[in-house]
Amino acid sequence: MSQNIDTSQQEIHEVHIHRDDFGSKMGMWLFLFTEVLLFGGMFILYASYRFIYPNEFVLAASELDMLMGAVNTVILLTSSLTVVLGIVALQKNNKKLCMFFMWVTVVCGLLFLVNKYFEWGAKFHHGIYPKGPALQDMSEGEVMYFGLYYVMTGLHGLHIVVGLAFIGFVMWQIKKDILTSTNFQRLENAGLYWHLVDIIWIFLFPLFYLIH
Amino acid sequence: MANGTIAVPHKAAEPDFYHVRTKHTGIWAWLLTTDHKRIGLMYLSAMTFFFLSAMTLGVLMRLEMLTPGETIMSAQTYNSFFTLHGVIMIFLFIIPGVPAVFGNFILPIQLGAKDVQFPKLNLLSWYLYMIGGILALFSLFIGTGIADTGWTFYAPYSIRTTTNVSISVFAAFILGFSSILTGLNFLTTIHRLRCPGMTWFRMPLFVWSIYATSWIQVLATPVIGITLLLVILERAFGIGVFDPTLGGDPLLFQHLFWIYSHPAVYIMILPAMGVVSEIIPTFSKKPIFGYVPIAISSLGIALVGYLVWGHHMFSSGISDTSRVIFSLLTFIVALPSGIKVFNWVATLYKGSIEVTAPMLFTLLFIFIFSIGGLTGLTLGALNTDLHLTDTYYVVAHFHYVMFGGMGLIFFASMHYWFPKMYGKMYNEKVAKVSAYWIAVGFNTLYFPMFIMGYLGMPRRYYDYLPEYQIWHVISTVGSWILVSGILIMVFNLVKGIRSGKPTTANPWGGTTLEWTVPSPPPLENFDVIPTVTTGPYDHTQMQKQLREQYKQQQKAEEEKN
Repeated sequence: MSQNIDTSQQEIHEVHIHRDDFGSKMGMWLFLFTEVLLFGGMFILYASYRFIYPNEFVLAASELDMLMGAVNTVILLTSSLTVVLGIVALQKNNKKLCMFFMWVTVVCGLLFLVNKYFEWGAKFHHGIYPKGPALQDMSEGEVMYFGLYYVMTGLHGLHIVVGLAFIGFVMWQIKKDILTSTNFQRLENAGLYWHLVDIIWIFLFPLFYLIH
Repeated sequence: MANGTIAVPHKAAEPDFYHVRTKHTGIWAWLLTTDHKRIGLMYLSAMTFFFLSAMTLGVLMRLEMLTPGETIMSAQTYNSFFTLHGVIMIFLFIIPGVPAVFGNFILPIQLGAKDVQFPKLNLLSWYLYMIGGILALFSLFIGTGIADTGWTFYAPYSIRTTTNVSISVFAAFILGFSSILTGLNFLTTIHRLRCPGMTWFRMPLFVWSIYATSWIQVLATPVIGITLLLVILERAFGIGVFDPTLGGDPLLFQHLFWIYSHPAVYIMILPAMGVVSEIIPTFSKKPIFGYVPIAISSLGIALVGYLVWGHHMFSSGISDTSRVIFSLLTFIVALPSGIKVFNWVATLYKGSIEVTAPMLFTLLFIFIFSIGGLTGLTLGALNTDLHLTDTYYVVAHFHYVMFGGMGLIFFASMHYWFPKMYGKMYNEKVAKVSAYWIAVGFNTLYFPMFIMGYLGMPRRYYDYLPEYQIWHVISTVGSWILVSGILIMVFNLVKGIRSGKPTTANPWGGTTLEWTVPSPPPLENFDVIPTVTTGPYDHTQMQKQLREQYKQQQKAEEEKN
């Protein structure tokens, strides 16, 4: 503002610190709603194109490795369990055990990404990617399937990365004793986010790998 | 007493939020602040800049339309201008306008809270807003020129054009993120930070409207996020989802786009309606008529507004069944808006009306918005829409509801909360003159568009047949009147900020909580969190005072006689 008065004599105003666990959990849930709607748009597109190209979708899906998908599903479900165990461990004031479970979660997340890397890599190798050589010979429906496959699993993979960063951040805070057995809401929020990433995969897996 | 509170006198020595000493000083006291009031003001200054630049584009476009053929710009420039005008006005001014500025500044105080629920997230939203805004302007200066698709980015043209669509689209994506975080913040604030005694039906109606708006922001914006992301991916990698040459369906783009962008028009108008519900009781010195219906109709608009997106696509080739259903729902969504208008007018009835500048803007709003709303119904009807679609009639309609709705109320709130925000008063006379000036300019500018649209003038062309020229000339002259009115208003407000007369905590006789704290408020708004005991528009105290005054006056007169 235009007026300037001498403020050096005033004491520094302590900003009021407000902690509301229920409130931050509510904020997290609202954020999860937005994530559901973000993927919701993709699921609408998937539904429309599967309706238009039912046979082509089945044909294209046979290119995917069902085993890889299944392994990734198991990995993610396990990580969802360990993240819950980690939260309970912190609530019971067992910091060491909590960190152990969180590490398992992180390793699972990384394993998922490694698998995904090999899956995508194999397809690229066969020329299956947008505007790739293999797609030139395919029908429109199959091209659409792979377009959606890359966008949806790619977006999901991005969410795994964000989730891992979030978990890494709360692990650092647990280590520094910022998050404790009486103040664990941020860990729980990270867990909620991780579950959402997991749930989205549970829908992606059958829609891309299991159709026949 | 406001909201029936127990008055808590503030320590006189407590500095207001401008002068309080915080951790950071100088410019950093603004850029690193988590104070909702400072963030609101930062939005305001950024928004003023964006609004004035988009307004300039609009005036130049009107100038181009003064004569048929090329007047001052080429067709390509004209296309870029209406795109940039739309993108800036919609994404940077109309959608975030009232919630980001007045929601931030006023809403926590109206709830009796010290700040929003997530102050740091609030600052992050502002930074995202700025990044989005700068990106949108940035597309002017680099690469192959500004997007020329119109603000709707319709596929497949947005996928094929060589202009800078990706940057504009990405800017809109980031702005969407900012909007989501603001909505999320307000929702949790309203749920968690209401002061003791502030039950749901004791909340001011402005809070109710922001509540409904925030739900739309949270639930609709992600859909446009993914849609815009797909346009970028489509342009970069050729995925094919919206591209008919690759088997995609461009109609799906329109569906996904309007699933967000129609509810978005309620993001624009609902907060404005909330402000109207604040201003009218204050200047009628009466409780609002139909508090509950107004509160519920906000939610009704949010709910039904979610289901009417198809009326943007009546001529796009969707099935007849869905056109009939969307048309019916469109008529239904007009009902809650009608409920509000009738309740406002009923509040005026037998009120002690004081026509100050904010009230004048509000009354103009009711008039202009009603024209906009009713012409909307002619577009919601299937047969008339086929005649009027993509003509100037549509342009006139949405300027009446957007600018005449949200825009005028933004001006009204600027005057209404001005003393609260700056602790000073603007020049009332000049403000009223500017309001009349704006009203005359507005109708001269946009009303001829209804007529030439009905006569068949298509929108988004830089050229036209000579028989439309008379309407274009009237309209262009209107744009000059409107802009001079806006400039008078802006200069008056700026002058008020610099050298206005100091004002009191409650210059208008308002009854909601923001009028119980000093102007400008101290850093944490309240020393002690207030407790409310009545609804928000309890004017009984004020009425008693007035009655007393009147009796004393009469006594004095009798004694004289």
